Amino acid sequence: MLAWAFHRISGIGIFAFVLLHVFDIFLAGADPKAYDDLLTFYASTLGRMMEVLIGAALFYHSLNGIRILIMDFWPRMTAYHKQIWYANWVIFLGVGLPGAFIIMRPALGL
Amino acid sequence: MALYSRSGRPRPQSGGTEVAIWYFMRLSGVALFVLALTHFSVQHFLSDPKDQTADWIFADAWNNALRRGLDWLMLVIVVGHMTLGMRTVTMDYLKGGKRVLALSALWLAAALVLTMGTVVVATVKLPGN
Repeated sequence: MLAWAFHRISGIGIFAFVLLHVFDIFLAGADPKAYDDLLTFYASTLGRMMEVLIGAALFYHSLNGIRILIMDFWPRMTAYHKQIWYANWVIFLGVGLPGAFIIMRPALGL
Repeated sequence: MALYSRSGRPRPQSGGTEVAIWYFMRLSGVALFVLALTHFSVQHFLSDPKDQTADWIFADAWNNALRRGLDWLMLVIVVGHMTLGMRTVTMDYLKGGKRVLALSALWLAAALVLTMGTVVVATVKLPGN
């Protein structure tokens, strides 16, 4: 239930971000100056925090999506759905925390 | 059968379009696992937003037909995946007129994003051309 709720919430968040992201790349072609201004925000501390959030949503949705695929196409693995869920969180934090640090590093002055 | 199982949405029993969508979500999901996570990693771990100016996009990142092509492929797949995903969400919560309205807005947004993305990929000149 929680896995499902997170999958749905992260999916809706990614949907909203993709709309913004295609708009900003379109702007890069149509009005490079306006795009560069927007980029200044993306590179700010608040912008970086939002990038960590969208990265987390994308990474969770990707990992949980693989968990869904495993159980859909290999039904016997459904018995281990909890173990796969825990493995997802280990990968999520193990890769995600260093990733978040790399993204935030310039804002931290490191 | 419950609407949602331990895994996700059980494969629809009705057949036809709904089953095709169910398979498409899974196939496109695998493609996006590779394309979107690679894209995010390249943009944020191998490069940094402070350097990704419009000039950088066209002189560097997109000065490469393969990378442009892959980004366009990702656009097409992501628009399909997100639109059909939001369709499922919409149909779970809305009925009747509200559903028709929300789905119409969704298709419109999908068409707009696909068009804008394609235009920028196809029309920005490579340096030296």
